[in-house]
Amino acid sequence: MRLLGMKTFRHGVHPPESKDETSGLPIRQFPFAPLLIIPLVQHMGAPSIPVVEEGQEVWRGQRIARPDGFMSVSMHASASGIVRKIALAPSISGRMVPAVYLEPFPGSTQEVEDGTPCPLDTSTPDEIIAAIQEAGVVGLGGAAFPTHVKLKVPEGKFVDTLIINGAECEPFLTTDHRVMLEQSDDIFVGIRYLLKVSGAEKVIIAVEANKADAAEHLRATFPGDLNGSVELLRVKYPQGAEKMLFAALLGREVPSGGLPLDIHALCCNVATTAEIGRLLPLGRGIQERVITVTGPAVKRKGNYRIPIGTPLRFLLEHVGVEEDVNRVFLGGPMMGGAASSLDISITKGTSGVTAFTDSAAERTHSPVYPCIRCGYCVDACPIFLDPSLLGRLAANQEFSVMAERHNLMDCFECGSCSFVCPSHIPLVQQFRAAKAAVRKAAAGKTGAT
Amino acid sequence: MPAPGKTLEIRTSPHILSGYSVDSIMFNVVLALLPVTAFAIFAFGLAGLLTLSMALVSCVLTEHLICRATGKPTTIGDWSVTITGLLYGLTLPPSLPLWMVAVGGVICVAMGKALFGGLGYNTFNPALVGRAVLQAAFPVAMTTWIAGFTAGRFTSLPSSTLTLPFTEPTVDAVTSATPLALWKFSRETTAVADLATGFTSGSAGETSSILIILGGLYLIARNMMNWRIPVSIIAAVFVLSGALHLVDPTRYASPVFMIFSGGLMLGAMFMASDMVGSPMTSIGCYLYGALIGVVTVVIRTWGGLPEGVMYAILLGNAVTPHLDRWFRPRVYGTATKEAAS
Repeated sequence: MRLLGMKTFRHGVHPPESKDETSGLPIRQFPFAPLLIIPLVQHMGAPSIPVVEEGQEVWRGQRIARPDGFMSVSMHASASGIVRKIALAPSISGRMVPAVYLEPFPGSTQEVEDGTPCPLDTSTPDEIIAAIQEAGVVGLGGAAFPTHVKLKVPEGKFVDTLIINGAECEPFLTTDHRVMLEQSDDIFVGIRYLLKVSGAEKVIIAVEANKADAAEHLRATFPGDLNGSVELLRVKYPQGAEKMLFAALLGREVPSGGLPLDIHALCCNVATTAEIGRLLPLGRGIQERVITVTGPAVKRKGNYRIPIGTPLRFLLEHVGVEEDVNRVFLGGPMMGGAASSLDISITKGTSGVTAFTDSAAERTHSPVYPCIRCGYCVDACPIFLDPSLLGRLAANQEFSVMAERHNLMDCFECGSCSFVCPSHIPLVQQFRAAKAAVRKAAAGKTGAT
Repeated sequence: MPAPGKTLEIRTSPHILSGYSVDSIMFNVVLALLPVTAFAIFAFGLAGLLTLSMALVSCVLTEHLICRATGKPTTIGDWSVTITGLLYGLTLPPSLPLWMVAVGGVICVAMGKALFGGLGYNTFNPALVGRAVLQAAFPVAMTTWIAGFTAGRFTSLPSSTLTLPFTEPTVDAVTSATPLALWKFSRETTAVADLATGFTSGSAGETSSILIILGGLYLIARNMMNWRIPVSIIAAVFVLSGALHLVDPTRYASPVFMIFSGGLMLGAMFMASDMVGSPMTSIGCYLYGALIGVVTVVIRTWGGLPEGVMYAILLGNAVTPHLDRWFRPRVYGTATKEAAS
């Protein structure tokens, strides 16, 4: 769909972008915390298995955990130092997860150890997939889905278009923006790897119009022998959801319950692509990532390259937060989860840290009114659900009706409905709970038979 | 860093809201109604002022007392009952005895709103429920209209206004037929300029189309009203009455006259578009509007009453849940629409 010369999807919302304060700030290296806590579950899938022991000295970039099966990835030391212990650590969900406690050497130069390179020209697709898993690459846009898993095209399927997602529609976040401006070479190398693995004929780099400078830069540096284009998209949330990108750019819809492969498309976040292009030629693994630290409560906002495992408390102390900080969440305000503790650490899936003051948070403390059937949520839902109806069903705990008759499980929890609701009904929040209940019921059924 | 002991708040996303809220939407509707309310008072003087005040007070007080009686916090702060009160008052003949106004106001809120479950659950527009009951109970008083802009309107009252309950109202003021009645019963047309500006007879707030449109445009500009509803109502009335007018201009009134006369403009802009009683999808809104427009023309042309907007909207309200069910949009990634539940 094209509107005013720019492609986009139907419906969606327009939250304030709030990106100006950090979009112009170059990426800076963040210092090492005195103790890094590297969770062994930073991705969707099975926890990685540690290959180091307590008391062992490790190099920065050394592999410290191996994948447990295909749906898992390797982990690498974020610093040269000593493994203090392998024990449980708090995670964002409040659950305790196994983690490697790594104490960096204070005097180390922190040189990164290179591994076995995976050269683009001579490697087979399967070798590249193995290298991506070995590098510990997961979706850096926030979902943290192991990248190599979705690159594995099963027998009988094919991909014709690769979409590189530089939409970054989440308010406040500017990491993808900076990566596109500063790491275009890495991005194009990464694209070549992805094209080779997936067999796609062409690539489309999708950029929202509020990052026109990044799109210009990518166009100017676009290699002549690469078949593809840079597309400017209208600024609208959730433009960066892959389902929306497929609809906007290809006019195709992922079938309900299906995969992008079913419509011969593949979508990869731009920062993930850049990491693949940067790491694979050197045989390195992910041991740091770019995140935006921002929000009204943050004093020194910016885009930082942060070692994986940096505790949130150390990060906030370093950038400085206001006295009246009220809420800290990982990611942006539309989909980011509130930190349950300051002792959790930055993981591969953390695209940003946003901190709100009391006054910024207060705006969400609004009284809940009954649904007045204004239809704002119906006009906002990017996948055409009826959040108003689902909300009424959720209030009555009719979860199976929601799932069976009203497509609850298609909701990808973008939060547009809750954002626009003038009655301040916690719609998406109820849908999350409902989806969990439906999944639990389904698991109970299969377990019983 | 925060002071020691300060706790951080944990909530699930989204962490920002659009800024729309029920009370601000409702308050803006009240603002949009103020010009036409002021004009009603200007046109009908003391009678208009008393009618509107009594309508407003009886509605708001009823809601407040029902909340108190049921042990809930009062909901008059969300402004929705203020809209009901104003709209109800604006649909009444300004000379209506005040006790009837009060009875209708109680019915509006108690029967039209509270009985259905309060704000958000009132299937029918509460103001029209009250008015419909009055129309059935007091057909003569509800169709007796006084002329506006009389010289002594700010100093004297029509005697009917202060009629004691259950006594026959006597009308001493200059009565005057509405443009629709003039057309229906004696085929007289009224100049469109008079209709648009409001220098005609009619219910308190039905007279000035221009001020009603201004209020509607304000709400549309603020995204607080679905423009599809008034547009499709007016379009349906225009097209149907235009076709009839072409067939026989002496029997059927001109489409322009139909649009600007009676309660059509007020109903289309402020009552049919009430969020609670109107559909949520775009297709649903177009059909809902078209239905109201067609029924209005049918009642005006062939019905026993000169005006049919009220019944048309109430019928539209009744159909709304079905429209929402029948015209649910196709969910992303699903091939065909799910069977209606």
